[in-house]
Amino acid sequence: MRENTKVIEKLAFAILGLATLIIIAPVGIILFIVLWHGLPGLSFEFIFSMPREGMRAGGIFPAIVGTLVLTVGTAAFSIPVGILAAIYLNEYAGRNWLTRLFEISIINLAGIPSIVYGLFGLGLFVTFFGFGASILAGSLTLSIMTLPVIITATREALSAVPMAFREVSFSLGASRWQTVSRVVLPNAIPGILTGTILGLSRAAGETAPILFTVAAFYLPRLPQSPFDQAMALPYHIYVLSTQVPNVSLRTQYSTVLVLVLMVFILNIAAAYIRAKFRRRKTW
Amino acid sequence: MVKITVAGLSIWYDEQTAIKNLSLQVSEKEILGIIGPSNSGKTSFLRTLNRLNELTSNCKTEGEIQLDGKSIFKEIDLLSLRKLVGIVFALPLPLPLSIYDNIAYGPRLRGEKNKSKLDGIVEKSLKASYLFDEVKDRLNTSAFNLSGGQQQRLCISRTLANEPEIILYDEPCSGLDPISTAKVEEAMRDLKKNYTQILVTNNTKQAARVADRTAFFLMGELVEIGDTTKMFTSPSDKRTDDYIAGRFG
Repeated sequence: MRENTKVIEKLAFAILGLATLIIIAPVGIILFIVLWHGLPGLSFEFIFSMPREGMRAGGIFPAIVGTLVLTVGTAAFSIPVGILAAIYLNEYAGRNWLTRLFEISIINLAGIPSIVYGLFGLGLFVTFFGFGASILAGSLTLSIMTLPVIITATREALSAVPMAFREVSFSLGASRWQTVSRVVLPNAIPGILTGTILGLSRAAGETAPILFTVAAFYLPRLPQSPFDQAMALPYHIYVLSTQVPNVSLRTQYSTVLVLVLMVFILNIAAAYIRAKFRRRKTW
Repeated sequence: MVKITVAGLSIWYDEQTAIKNLSLQVSEKEILGIIGPSNSGKTSFLRTLNRLNELTSNCKTEGEIQLDGKSIFKEIDLLSLRKLVGIVFALPLPLPLSIYDNIAYGPRLRGEKNKSKLDGIVEKSLKASYLFDEVKDRLNTSAFNLSGGQQQRLCISRTLANEPEIILYDEPCSGLDPISTAKVEEAMRDLKKNYTQILVTNNTKQAARVADRTAFFLMGELVEIGDTTKMFTSPSDKRTDDYIAGRFG
């Protein structure tokens, strides 16, 4: 019997370890390949200059700026709406059929394929509202895709603040908003920030939602206004690898590396914030 | 002088009755002890006095409670009521803030921003629960670094900073050692000068030590209420006698 337990223990250890390895391996391999092929082409000039010769030479500056602008635009729309909606659902709304309907909608919103968001954005923002293919339309489309992530992360962060703190606050005569703003939110902010940044980093790397709503095929200048089209890194990678003949492999890999690094920086920032606040947490 | 009048109060959680048709009066500046086994409705009653029970969505109440002759349901604004009727919970529950900010929480809710005024409130409230000397050098450190007994006295100070007229205690010493308990009880006796206090306790001896009058609750009903000394020496109801003697509960 004891021998048996030991064997099963070893087997469990091996299987669980293998599963973990399977998760880590693709990340490691991707990073290695991208760095191996992309690093040599990475230079100041590549990052900060305009593309030339039909994107076969020069840099990718407008695509980097485009992705940054789209991420900021997405943040500007989705963070306030998402956080406020989550506060309403978690702290104000009662448990009834209407809130359950909201919850089901949010879950389903998270499961919609990104190309559907792209077509939705094309129909609503580009055509119906007449924004045209523009940074505004692209940011709004990405925002709608990011909202469920932000709402879910925010609600989780709010729920993690113990009920007892709310009760104490109410017992001292605080209103609901005073309780939310003075006790609940300050303790939920690390979680909210982490979830929000992860949502935005996903938006930064998306191709399908920007395909019809903002992305320019080749626009060797910086965007001038929110109604301007813009190049963006994910779409630029797609274009370089499938639409333009004779682009050097090095240019393709370097572009991929820049996007991966941008997303990584966001993710590391999220992890840093989480770790920092966890140490400070006193309860 | 009668401070609180409870008339025909019933409390339910869904279909389950917690308090059945309760009527009693609390005099100004007395300590009323409430004893009784678990599930006798003591805490539900206490939480109704400042309407905290309304945070529990399936809780329903009927009947009337008056504070200085005014209905707490109709005539006193909810937020003012909770300022007037402070509560100290069973477990010490500091907010995740510094000692100072915990105590200044209530006054700040009502817009007090004057630093020297807040300093004064904090010092006075901490002195009233005999905590000031133990924490005066670290007012800006987290309240979670205090011991359990200190945290509970901090919670009493926090309630006092609100300048309430009534203080409710929901088994305030259930998690404390005898020395900390003695300190909390000392603070309660001292507060009699200015406050009406209601103490729910599972510890009958504690009621005997600090309460002027004691009420015995059983299964949501008030069995007996009267002078603590009389209740503990010659209770008029057999069930009270049994409970105090430890024959059940």
